[in-house]
Amino acid sequence: MKSTDYKIKSENVDVYYGDKKALTDINLNIRPNTVTALIGPSGCGKSTFLRVLNRMNDYIDSFSMTGKISIDGEDIYQSKIRVEDLRANVGMVFQKPNPFPKSIFDNVAYGLKIQGMKDKEFIKKRVESALKQAALWSEVKDDLKNPALSLSGGQQQRLCIARALAVNPKVLLMDEPTSALDPISTAKIEELIFNLKEKYTIVIVTHNMQQASRISDYTAFFYMGKLIEFDKTAEIFTHPREEKTQNYITGRFG
Amino acid sequence: MNRGYINRIKDKAFGLVGLIATLFGLLILTFLIGQVFYEGYNRIDLDFIKSLPSRKPEKAGIYTALAGTVWILFLTTIFSLPLGISTGIYLEEYTKKSRFTDLLEINVSNLAGVPSIIYGLLGLEVFGRMLNLGNSLLAGALTLSLLVLPIIIVTTREAIRAVPNSLRMASYGLGASKWQTIWEQILPASMGGILTGVILAISRAVGETAPLLVVGALAYVPFAPSSPLDEFTVLPIQIFNWISRPQHGFSVNAAAAILLLLTITFIMNGVAVYLRNRWQKKHNW
Repeated sequence: MKSTDYKIKSENVDVYYGDKKALTDINLNIRPNTVTALIGPSGCGKSTFLRVLNRMNDYIDSFSMTGKISIDGEDIYQSKIRVEDLRANVGMVFQKPNPFPKSIFDNVAYGLKIQGMKDKEFIKKRVESALKQAALWSEVKDDLKNPALSLSGGQQQRLCIARALAVNPKVLLMDEPTSALDPISTAKIEELIFNLKEKYTIVIVTHNMQQASRISDYTAFFYMGKLIEFDKTAEIFTHPREEKTQNYITGRFG
Repeated sequence: MNRGYINRIKDKAFGLVGLIATLFGLLILTFLIGQVFYEGYNRIDLDFIKSLPSRKPEKAGIYTALAGTVWILFLTTIFSLPLGISTGIYLEEYTKKSRFTDLLEINVSNLAGVPSIIYGLLGLEVFGRMLNLGNSLLAGALTLSLLVLPIIIVTTREAIRAVPNSLRMASYGLGASKWQTIWEQILPASMGGILTGVILAISRAVGETAPLLVVGALAYVPFAPSSPLDEFTVLPIQIFNWISRPQHGFSVNAAAAILLLLTITFIMNGVAVYLRNRWQKKHNW
Protein backbone atom coordinates (compact mmCIF):
# COMPACT_ATOMS: atom_id res chain seq x y z
CA MET A 1 0.00 0.00 0.00
CA LYS A 2 1.38 3.38 -0.96
CA SER A 3 1.54 5.99 1.77
CA THR A 4 -0.86 8.26 -0.13
CA ASP A 5 -3.46 5.52 0.08
CA TYR A 6 -4.01 6.30 3.72
CA LYS A 7 -7.13 8.28 4.46
CA ILE A 8 -5.80 9.87 7.60
CA LYS A 9 -2.12 10.36 8.39
CA SER A 10 -0.81 11.53 11.70
CA GLU A 11 2.87 12.42 11.89
CA ASN A 12 4.70 13.24 15.13
CA VAL A 13 1.65 14.78 16.72
CA ASP A 14 2.15 16.37 20.14
CA VAL A 15 -0.76 18.03 21.92
CA TYR A 16 -0.65 20.33 24.93
CA TYR A 17 -3.38 21.78 27.09
CA GLY A 18 -1.50 24.70 28.58
CA ASP A 19 1.61 23.16 30.15
CA LYS A 20 0.11 19.72 30.30
CA LYS A 21 1.13 17.32 27.57
CA ALA A 22 -1.87 15.30 26.43
CA LEU A 23 -0.41 13.45 23.42
CA THR A 24 3.19 12.51 22.69
CA ASP A 25 4.55 11.75 19.25
CA ILE A 26 1.52 10.06 17.74
CA ASN A 27 2.11 8.40 14.38
CA LEU A 28 -0.99 6.66 13.18
CA ASN A 29 -2.19 5.98 9.66
CA ILE A 30 -5.75 5.01 8.94
CA ARG A 31 -6.85 3.21 5.80
CA PRO A 32 -10.00 4.16 3.91
CA ASN A 33 -13.21 2.22 4.48
CA THR A 34 -12.08 0.71 7.71
CA VAL A 35 -13.27 1.01 11.27
CA THR A 36 -10.48 1.98 13.64
CA ALA A 37 -11.12 1.71 17.36
CA LEU A 38 -9.21 3.90 19.81
CA ILE A 39 -9.03 2.26 23.21
CA GLY A 40 -7.30 2.98 26.49
CA PRO A 41 -8.04 4.05 30.05
CA SER A 42 -9.71 7.40 30.82
CA GLY A 43 -7.39 10.34 30.28
CA CYS A 44 -5.09 8.42 27.93
CA GLY A 45 -5.58 10.90 25.09
CA LYS A 46 -7.79 8.86 22.77
CA SER A 47 -10.62 11.44 22.73
CA THR A 48 -8.09 14.23 22.31
CA PHE A 49 -6.69 12.43 19.29
CA LEU A 50 -10.18 11.97 17.84
CA ARG A 51 -10.89 15.68 18.25
CA VAL A 52 -7.62 16.60 16.61
CA LEU A 53 -8.92 14.99 13.42
CA ASN A 54 -11.71 17.54 12.89
CA ARG A 55 -10.13 20.35 14.87
CA MET A 56 -12.75 20.38 17.61
CA ASN A 57 -9.96 21.12 20.09
CA ASP A 58 -9.69 24.57 18.53
CA TYR A 59 -12.40 25.65 20.96
CA ILE A 60 -10.25 24.92 23.98
CA ASP A 61 -8.30 28.09 24.72
CA SER A 62 -5.23 26.35 26.12
CA PHE A 63 -4.94 23.82 23.26
CA SER A 64 -1.78 23.73 21.15
CA MET A 65 -0.41 21.16 18.75
CA THR A 66 2.73 20.34 16.83
CA GLY A 67 3.19 17.75 14.12
CA LYS A 68 1.05 17.11 11.09
CA ILE A 69 -2.38 15.64 10.45
CA SER A 70 -3.40 15.08 6.88
CA ILE A 71 -6.62 13.78 5.44
CA ASP A 72 -6.56 12.72 1.79
CA GLY A 73 -3.00 14.03 1.64
CA GLU A 74 -3.95 17.53 2.74
CA ASP A 75 -2.60 19.08 5.94
CA ILE A 76 -5.74 20.04 7.85
CA TYR A 77 -3.96 22.50 10.14
CA GLN A 78 -2.52 24.70 7.42
CA SER A 79 -3.88 28.21 7.40
CA LYS A 80 -5.72 28.14 4.07
CA ILE A 81 -7.98 25.27 5.18
CA ARG A 82 -11.48 26.41 6.04
CA VAL A 83 -12.34 24.60 9.22
CA GLU A 84 -16.05 24.58 8.23
CA ASP A 85 -15.23 22.60 5.07
CA LEU A 86 -13.06 20.22 7.04
CA ARG A 87 -15.90 19.46 9.44
CA ALA A 88 -18.37 18.88 6.64
CA ASN A 89 -15.88 16.33 5.35
CA VAL A 90 -15.14 14.80 8.74
CA GLY A 91 -18.40 14.25 10.60
CA MET A 92 -18.65 13.69 14.31
CA VAL A 93 -20.97 11.81 16.65
CA PHE A 94 -20.72 12.59 20.33
CA GLN A 95 -20.90 10.57 23.50
CA LYS A 96 -24.27 11.88 24.59
CA PRO A 97 -26.92 12.20 21.88
CA ASN A 98 -27.18 15.94 21.24
CA PRO A 99 -29.98 16.65 18.77
CA PHE A 100 -30.94 20.28 18.24
CA PRO A 101 -34.21 21.36 19.86
CA LYS A 102 -35.83 21.33 16.42
CA SER A 103 -37.84 18.86 14.38
CA ILE A 104 -36.38 15.55 13.21
CA PHE A 105 -36.30 16.85 9.65
CA ASP A 106 -34.62 20.13 10.58
CA ASN A 107 -31.97 18.28 12.54
CA VAL A 108 -30.90 16.23 9.54
CA ALA A 109 -31.26 19.17 7.15
CA TYR A 110 -29.19 21.50 9.35
CA GLY A 111 -25.81 20.67 7.81
CA LEU A 112 -27.12 21.29 4.30
CA LYS A 113 -28.87 24.47 5.35
CA ILE A 114 -25.73 26.02 6.79
CA GLN A 115 -23.90 25.17 3.57
CA GLY A 116 -26.42 27.43 1.85
CA MET A 117 -28.40 24.65 0.14
CA LYS A 118 -31.78 26.05 -0.94
CA ASP A 119 -33.16 23.28 -3.20
CA LYS A 120 -35.97 21.84 -1.11
CA GLU A 121 -36.40 18.67 -3.16
CA PHE A 122 -32.70 17.92 -2.89
CA ILE A 123 -32.74 18.49 0.87
CA LYS A 124 -35.76 16.21 1.23
CA LYS A 125 -34.07 13.42 -0.70
CA ARG A 126 -30.86 13.80 1.22
CA VAL A 127 -32.66 13.77 4.57
CA GLU A 128 -34.47 10.59 3.58
CA SER A 129 -31.33 8.81 2.42
CA ALA A 130 -29.40 9.89 5.52
CA LEU A 131 -32.15 8.59 7.79
CA LYS A 132 -32.21 5.34 5.82
CA GLN A 133 -28.45 4.95 6.15
CA ALA A 134 -28.79 5.50 9.88
CA ALA A 135 -31.50 2.82 10.02
CA LEU A 136 -33.99 5.28 11.45
CA TRP A 137 -36.20 6.02 8.45
CA SER A 138 -38.81 3.32 9.04
CA GLU A 139 -39.29 4.50 12.62
CA VAL A 140 -39.68 8.22 11.95
CA LYS A 141 -40.84 8.62 8.36
CA ASP A 142 -44.33 9.69 9.41
CA ASP A 143 -43.15 11.96 12.24
CA LEU A 144 -40.50 14.07 10.56
CA LYS A 145 -42.08 17.22 11.97
CA ASN A 146 -41.99 15.97 15.55
CA PRO A 147 -39.39 17.41 17.89
CA ALA A 148 -36.17 15.41 17.88
CA LEU A 149 -36.08 15.50 21.65
CA SER A 150 -39.23 13.34 21.77
CA LEU A 151 -37.25 10.38 20.40
CA SER A 152 -35.71 7.74 22.67
CA GLY A 153 -32.01 7.94 23.50
CA GLY A 154 -31.03 5.28 20.98
CA GLN A 155 -33.12 6.92 18.26
CA GLN A 156 -31.61 10.30 19.10
CA GLN A 157 -28.12 8.88 18.66
CA ARG A 158 -29.04 7.39 15.27
CA LEU A 159 -30.54 10.76 14.38
CA CYS A 160 -27.19 12.36 15.23
CA ILE A 161 -25.51 9.84 12.93
CA ALA A 162 -28.01 10.66 10.17
CA ARG A 163 -27.37 14.35 10.75
CA ALA A 164 -23.64 13.81 10.28
CA LEU A 165 -24.16 11.65 7.17
CA ALA A 166 -26.49 14.16 5.48
CA VAL A 167 -23.60 16.47 4.55
CA ASN A 168 -21.85 13.57 2.83
CA PRO A 169 -18.64 13.32 4.84
CA LYS A 170 -15.75 10.99 3.99
CA VAL A 171 -14.76 10.30 7.55
CA LEU A 172 -16.95 9.71 10.58
CA LEU A 173 -15.57 10.25 14.06
CA MET A 174 -17.44 8.69 16.95
CA ASP A 175 -16.71 9.48 20.57
CA GLU A 176 -18.08 6.60 22.67
CA PRO A 177 -21.35 6.73 20.73
CA THR A 178 -23.05 3.97 22.69
CA SER A 179 -21.88 4.64 26.23
CA ALA A 180 -25.16 6.36 27.13
CA LEU A 181 -27.38 3.73 25.50
CA ASP A 182 -29.05 0.46 26.45
CA PRO A 183 -27.80 -2.87 24.97
CA ILE A 184 -30.46 -3.06 22.25
CA SER A 185 -29.77 0.44 20.98
CA THR A 186 -26.06 -0.32 21.22
CA ALA A 187 -26.45 -3.43 19.08
CA LYS A 188 -28.34 -1.41 16.45
CA ILE A 189 -25.64 1.22 16.30
CA GLU A 190 -22.88 -1.37 16.10
CA GLU A 191 -24.61 -3.01 13.17
CA LEU A 192 -24.96 0.39 11.60
CA ILE A 193 -21.26 1.14 12.01
CA PHE A 194 -20.44 -2.18 10.38
CA ASN A 195 -22.57 -1.28 7.35
CA LEU A 196 -21.36 2.30 7.11
CA LYS A 197 -17.72 1.44 6.52
CA GLU A 198 -18.54 0.56 2.92
CA LYS A 199 -18.86 4.26 2.24
CA TYR A 200 -17.03 5.93 5.10
CA THR A 201 -13.83 5.74 7.06
CA ILE A 202 -14.76 5.42 10.70
CA VAL A 203 -12.74 6.19 13.80
CA ILE A 204 -14.40 5.29 17.06
CA VAL A 205 -13.40 5.84 20.66
CA THR A 206 -14.73 3.17 22.96
CA HIS A 207 -14.33 1.95 26.50
CA ASN A 208 -15.95 -1.31 25.65
CA MET A 209 -13.40 -4.02 24.68
CA GLN A 210 -16.04 -6.32 23.24
CA GLN A 211 -17.34 -3.50 21.12
CA ALA A 212 -13.87 -2.77 19.79
CA SER A 213 -13.29 -6.41 18.93
CA ARG A 214 -16.74 -6.81 17.35
CA ILE A 215 -16.83 -3.82 15.05
CA SER A 216 -13.32 -2.62 14.28
CA ASP A 217 -10.76 -3.69 11.70
CA TYR A 218 -7.90 -1.89 13.41
CA THR A 219 -7.34 -1.04 17.03
CA ALA A 220 -5.07 1.58 18.55
CA PHE A 221 -4.21 1.35 22.23
CA PHE A 222 -3.38 4.64 23.94
CA TYR A 223 -1.79 4.92 27.34
CA MET A 224 -0.78 8.12 29.12
CA GLY A 225 -0.74 10.18 25.95
CA LYS A 226 1.25 7.69 23.93
CA LEU A 227 0.24 5.30 21.20
CA ILE A 228 1.37 1.99 22.65
CA GLU A 229 0.24 -0.34 19.93
CA PHE A 230 -1.64 -0.16 16.65
CA ASP A 231 -2.53 -3.20 14.58
CA LYS A 232 -5.29 -5.27 13.10
CA THR A 233 -7.94 -5.78 15.74
CA ALA A 234 -7.60 -9.56 15.58
CA GLU A 235 -3.88 -9.26 16.25
CA ILE A 236 -4.29 -6.84 19.14
CA PHE A 237 -6.83 -9.00 20.88
CA THR A 238 -5.12 -12.32 20.33
CA HIS A 239 -1.39 -11.58 20.16
CA PRO A 240 -0.70 -8.16 21.63
CA ARG A 241 2.98 -7.31 21.34
CA GLU A 242 3.11 -5.03 24.35
CA GLU A 243 2.57 -6.08 27.91
CA LYS A 244 0.55 -2.94 28.66
CA THR A 245 -1.88 -3.78 25.89
CA GLN A 246 -2.19 -7.31 27.14
CA ASN A 247 -2.91 -6.07 30.66
CA TYR A 248 -5.48 -3.56 29.50
CA ILE A 249 -7.50 -5.79 27.21
CA THR A 250 -7.61 -8.54 29.76
CA GLY A 251 -8.93 -6.06 32.29
CA ARG A 252 -5.98 -6.09 34.65
CA PHE A 253 -6.01 -2.26 34.81
CA GLY A 254 -7.87 0.63 33.28
CA MET B 1 -36.79 13.54 73.95
CA ASN B 2 -35.09 12.04 70.93
CA ARG B 3 -33.43 13.98 68.17
CA GLY B 4 -36.02 13.18 65.57
CA TYR B 5 -38.64 14.88 67.69
CA ILE B 6 -36.53 18.01 68.16
CA ASN B 7 -35.82 18.15 64.47
CA ARG B 8 -39.49 17.94 63.68
CA ILE B 9 -40.20 20.83 66.05
CA LYS B 10 -37.43 22.86 64.40
CA ASP B 11 -38.87 22.05 61.01
CA LYS B 12 -42.34 23.22 61.99
CA ALA B 13 -40.98 26.33 63.70
CA PHE B 14 -39.07 27.40 60.63
CA GLY B 15 -42.08 26.76 58.46
CA LEU B 16 -44.05 29.09 60.68
CA VAL B 17 -41.36 31.80 60.63
CA GLY B 18 -41.26 31.57 56.84
CA LEU B 19 -45.02 31.89 56.60
CA ILE B 20 -45.07 34.97 58.84
CA ALA B 21 -42.26 36.58 56.86
CA THR B 22 -44.11 35.95 53.61
CA LEU B 23 -47.41 37.25 54.94
CA PHE B 24 -45.75 40.34 56.40
CA GLY B 25 -44.49 41.54 53.03
CA LEU B 26 -47.65 40.52 51.27
CA LEU B 27 -49.98 42.26 53.71
CA ILE B 28 -48.11 45.56 53.62
CA LEU B 29 -48.01 45.47 49.85
CA THR B 30 -51.71 44.70 49.65
CA PHE B 31 -52.48 47.50 52.06
CA LEU B 32 -50.45 50.02 50.04
CA ILE B 33 -51.93 49.03 46.73
CA GLY B 34 -55.38 48.89 48.24
CA GLN B 35 -55.06 52.41 49.56
CA VAL B 36 -53.80 53.76 46.25
CA PHE B 37 -56.57 51.90 44.47
CA TYR B 38 -59.21 53.26 46.84
CA GLU B 39 -58.02 56.81 46.41
CA GLY B 40 -57.22 56.86 42.73
CA TYR B 41 -59.49 54.40 40.97
CA ASN B 42 -62.41 56.76 40.43
CA ARG B 43 -60.13 59.45 39.05
CA ILE B 44 -59.07 57.30 36.10
CA ASP B 45 -61.08 57.98 32.99
CA LEU B 46 -60.37 58.86 29.40
CA ASP B 47 -60.27 62.57 30.24
CA PHE B 48 -57.60 62.01 32.85
CA ILE B 49 -55.48 60.17 30.35
CA LYS B 50 -56.06 62.65 27.54
CA SER B 51 -55.71 65.92 29.46
CA LEU B 52 -52.63 68.11 29.62
CA PRO B 53 -51.27 69.28 32.98
CA SER B 54 -53.13 72.09 34.73
CA ARG B 55 -52.98 74.16 37.88
CA LYS B 56 -56.45 72.91 38.83
CA PRO B 57 -56.31 69.29 40.04
CA GLU B 58 -59.68 68.26 38.56
CA LYS B 59 -58.64 69.53 35.12
CA ALA B 60 -55.11 68.16 35.20
CA GLY B 61 -54.34 65.00 33.24
CA ILE B 62 -51.56 62.57 32.69
CA TYR B 63 -51.20 62.87 28.93
CA THR B 64 -47.77 64.54 28.70
CA ALA B 65 -46.25 62.25 31.32
CA LEU B 66 -47.72 59.15 29.73
CA ALA B 67 -46.47 60.22 26.30
CA GLY B 68 -43.06 60.93 27.83
CA THR B 69 -42.96 57.49 29.42
CA VAL B 70 -43.90 55.77 26.16
CA TRP B 71 -41.23 57.75 24.29
CA ILE B 72 -38.63 56.91 26.93
CA LEU B 73 -39.65 53.25 26.82
CA PHE B 74 -39.31 53.14 23.07
CA LEU B 75 -36.04 55.06 22.79
CA THR B 76 -34.37 53.28 25.69
CA THR B 77 -35.26 49.93 24.15
CA ILE B 78 -33.84 50.73 20.73
CA PHE B 79 -30.62 52.06 22.25
CA SER B 80 -29.98 49.44 24.90
CA LEU B 81 -31.32 46.26 23.28
CA PRO B 82 -28.91 45.87 20.33
CA LEU B 83 -25.95 47.20 22.30
CA GLY B 84 -26.60 45.02 25.34
CA ILE B 85 -27.33 41.80 23.49
CA SER B 86 -24.36 42.23 21.14
CA THR B 87 -22.05 42.91 24.06
CA GLY B 88 -23.36 39.85 25.89
CA ILE B 89 -22.86 37.62 22.85
CA TYR B 90 -19.40 39.01 22.26
CA LEU B 91 -18.24 38.51 25.83
CA GLU B 92 -19.70 35.03 26.04
CA GLU B 93 -18.89 33.56 22.61
CA TYR B 94 -16.02 35.52 21.10
CA THR B 95 -13.57 36.57 23.79
CA LYS B 96 -11.03 34.18 25.17
CA LYS B 97 -10.82 34.10 28.92
CA SER B 98 -8.09 36.45 30.08
CA ARG B 99 -7.37 38.87 32.88
CA PHE B 100 -8.87 41.62 30.77
CA THR B 101 -12.19 39.81 30.29
CA ASP B 102 -12.27 38.95 34.00
CA LEU B 103 -11.86 42.64 34.80
CA LEU B 104 -14.57 43.50 32.28
CA GLU B 105 -16.91 40.93 33.76
CA ILE B 106 -16.49 42.21 37.33
CA ASN B 107 -16.99 45.78 36.20
CA VAL B 108 -20.13 45.07 34.22
CA SER B 109 -21.62 43.22 37.19
CA ASN B 110 -20.69 46.08 39.51
CA LEU B 111 -22.19 48.65 37.15
CA ALA B 112 -25.53 46.87 37.50
CA GLY B 113 -25.46 47.84 41.17
CA VAL B 114 -24.45 51.49 40.89
CA PRO B 115 -27.11 53.85 42.33
CA SER B 116 -29.23 55.29 39.55
CA ILE B 117 -28.60 58.91 40.52
CA ILE B 118 -24.94 58.45 39.58
CA TYR B 119 -26.07 57.56 36.06
CA GLY B 120 -28.23 60.70 36.16
CA LEU B 121 -25.22 62.87 36.95
CA LEU B 122 -23.18 61.20 34.24
CA GLY B 123 -26.04 61.65 31.75
CA LEU B 124 -26.42 65.31 32.68
CA GLU B 125 -22.74 65.98 32.05
CA VAL B 126 -22.16 63.83 28.98
CA PHE B 127 -25.47 63.93 27.10
CA GLY B 128 -27.01 67.09 28.50
CA ARG B 129 -24.01 69.38 28.48
CA MET B 130 -21.18 67.95 26.40
CA LEU B 131 -23.39 66.66 23.59
CA ASN B 132 -25.71 69.63 24.06
CA LEU B 133 -28.88 67.55 24.20
CA GLY B 134 -30.13 69.61 27.16
CA ASN B 135 -33.11 68.14 28.96
CA SER B 136 -34.48 66.40 25.89
CA LEU B 137 -36.03 62.95 25.56
CA LEU B 138 -32.85 61.83 23.84
CA ALA B 139 -30.70 62.80 26.83
CA GLY B 140 -33.11 61.02 29.19
CA ALA B 141 -33.33 57.85 27.09
CA LEU B 142 -29.55 57.66 26.64
CA THR B 143 -29.09 58.05 30.39
CA LEU B 144 -31.58 55.29 31.13
CA SER B 145 -29.90 53.12 28.46
CA LEU B 146 -26.66 53.41 30.42
CA LEU B 147 -28.58 52.35 33.50
CA VAL B 148 -30.14 49.23 31.98
CA LEU B 149 -27.22 48.22 29.76
CA PRO B 150 -25.30 46.34 32.48
CA ILE B 151 -28.43 44.44 33.48
CA ILE B 152 -29.12 43.44 29.88
CA ILE B 153 -25.51 42.38 29.36
CA VAL B 154 -25.47 40.28 32.51
CA THR B 155 -28.79 38.55 31.78
CA THR B 156 -27.82 37.94 28.14
CA ARG B 157 -24.61 36.29 29.26
CA GLU B 158 -26.42 34.16 31.79
CA ALA B 159 -29.00 33.07 29.24
CA ILE B 160 -26.28 32.17 26.73
CA ARG B 161 -24.28 30.32 29.36
CA ALA B 162 -27.33 28.21 30.14
CA VAL B 163 -27.29 26.80 26.59
CA PRO B 164 -25.61 23.39 26.88
CA ASN B 165 -22.19 23.18 25.28
CA SER B 166 -23.19 19.98 23.48
CA LEU B 167 -25.42 22.11 21.25
CA ARG B 168 -22.51 24.30 20.20
CA MET B 169 -20.34 21.26 19.54
CA ALA B 170 -23.09 19.60 17.49
CA SER B 171 -23.37 22.69 15.33
CA TYR B 172 -19.63 23.23 14.91
CA GLY B 173 -19.21 19.51 14.25
CA LEU B 174 -21.46 19.80 11.20
CA GLY B 175 -19.37 22.59 9.75
CA ALA B 176 -21.29 25.60 11.01
CA SER B 177 -19.37 28.82 11.44
CA LYS B 178 -19.40 30.71 14.68
CA TRP B 179 -22.02 33.16 13.49
CA GLN B 180 -24.24 30.39 12.10
CA THR B 181 -24.02 28.57 15.41
CA ILE B 182 -24.95 31.71 17.32
CA TRP B 183 -27.77 32.66 14.99
CA GLU B 184 -29.26 29.21 14.38
CA GLN B 185 -28.76 27.55 17.75
CA ILE B 186 -27.60 29.73 20.61
CA LEU B 187 -29.85 32.75 20.12
CA PRO B 188 -33.08 30.77 19.61
CA ALA B 189 -32.26 28.64 22.64
CA SER B 190 -31.46 31.61 24.86
CA MET B 191 -33.96 34.15 23.52
CA GLY B 192 -36.49 33.46 26.26
CA GLY B 193 -33.98 34.25 28.97
CA ILE B 194 -32.61 37.26 27.11
CA LEU B 195 -36.03 38.80 26.49
CA THR B 196 -37.09 38.22 30.07
CA GLY B 197 -34.01 40.08 31.27
CA VAL B 198 -34.50 42.89 28.77
CA ILE B 199 -38.14 43.41 29.70
CA LEU B 200 -37.42 43.38 33.42
CA ALA B 201 -34.58 45.85 32.91
CA ILE B 202 -36.70 48.20 30.81
CA SER B 203 -39.61 47.99 33.22
CA ARG B 204 -37.21 49.04 35.93
CA ALA B 205 -36.20 51.99 33.78
CA VAL B 206 -39.85 53.01 33.40
CA GLY B 207 -40.13 53.43 37.15
CA GLU B 208 -36.86 55.37 37.53
CA THR B 209 -37.17 58.93 38.79
CA ALA B 210 -33.83 60.05 40.13
CA PRO B 211 -31.66 59.98 37.00
CA LEU B 212 -34.34 61.73 34.94
CA LEU B 213 -34.80 64.41 37.58
CA VAL B 214 -31.09 65.12 37.39
CA VAL B 215 -31.11 65.18 33.60
CA GLY B 216 -33.92 67.71 33.86
CA ALA B 217 -37.18 65.99 33.01
CA LEU B 218 -39.36 68.86 34.09
CA ALA B 219 -42.54 68.21 35.95
CA TYR B 220 -44.39 70.97 34.17
CA VAL B 221 -44.27 70.38 30.44
CA PRO B 222 -47.32 71.93 28.85
CA PHE B 223 -47.30 69.80 25.69
CA ALA B 224 -46.57 66.20 24.87
CA PRO B 225 -43.20 65.73 23.16
CA SER B 226 -43.36 65.20 19.42
CA SER B 227 -39.69 64.49 18.67
CA PRO B 228 -36.75 63.00 20.59
CA LEU B 229 -35.29 66.48 21.01
CA ASP B 230 -38.28 67.87 22.92
CA GLU B 231 -38.50 68.44 26.64
CA PHE B 232 -40.43 65.82 28.52
CA THR B 233 -41.65 64.45 31.77
CA VAL B 234 -42.48 60.91 32.80
CA LEU B 235 -45.05 59.28 35.07
CA PRO B 236 -42.89 58.87 38.21
CA ILE B 237 -41.85 62.52 38.08
CA GLN B 238 -45.42 63.65 37.53
CA ILE B 239 -46.47 61.57 40.53
CA PHE B 240 -43.68 63.04 42.64
CA ASN B 241 -44.71 66.52 41.61
CA TRP B 242 -48.39 66.02 42.38
CA ILE B 243 -47.76 64.43 45.74
CA SER B 244 -45.62 67.37 46.85
CA ARG B 245 -48.52 69.81 46.33
CA PRO B 246 -50.81 70.78 49.21
CA GLN B 247 -54.26 70.37 47.55
CA HIS B 248 -55.99 67.06 48.17
CA GLY B 249 -57.09 66.86 44.53
CA PHE B 250 -53.50 66.43 43.43
CA SER B 251 -52.86 63.52 45.74
CA VAL B 252 -55.89 61.83 44.18
CA ASN B 253 -54.34 62.48 40.78
CA ALA B 254 -51.08 61.01 42.04
CA ALA B 255 -52.85 57.86 43.20
CA ALA B 256 -54.49 57.48 39.81
CA ALA B 257 -51.14 57.96 38.06
CA ILE B 258 -49.55 55.38 40.35
CA LEU B 259 -52.21 52.89 39.29
CA LEU B 260 -51.40 53.56 35.64
CA LEU B 261 -47.68 53.16 36.23
CA LEU B 262 -48.27 49.94 38.14
CA THR B 263 -50.41 48.64 35.29
CA ILE B 264 -47.66 49.33 32.77
CA THR B 265 -44.94 47.58 34.79
CA PHE B 266 -47.33 44.76 35.66
CA ILE B 267 -48.08 44.13 32.00
CA MET B 268 -44.38 44.18 31.12
CA ASN B 269 -43.52 41.72 33.88
CA GLY B 270 -46.43 39.54 32.79
CA VAL B 271 -45.08 39.44 29.24
CA ALA B 272 -41.66 38.51 30.62
CA VAL B 273 -43.08 35.62 32.62
CA TYR B 274 -45.10 34.45 29.63
CA LEU B 275 -42.05 34.48 27.35
CA ARG B 276 -39.95 32.62 29.87
CA ASN B 277 -42.52 29.87 30.28
CA ARG B 278 -43.06 29.53 26.56
CA TRP B 279 -39.37 29.18 25.80
CA GLN B 280 -38.83 26.81 28.67
CA LYS B 281 -41.45 24.49 27.29
CA LYS B 282 -39.92 24.61 23.85
CA HIS B 283 -36.36 24.01 24.98
CA ASN B 284 -36.53 21.32 27.55
CA TRP B 285 -33.25 19.53 28.01
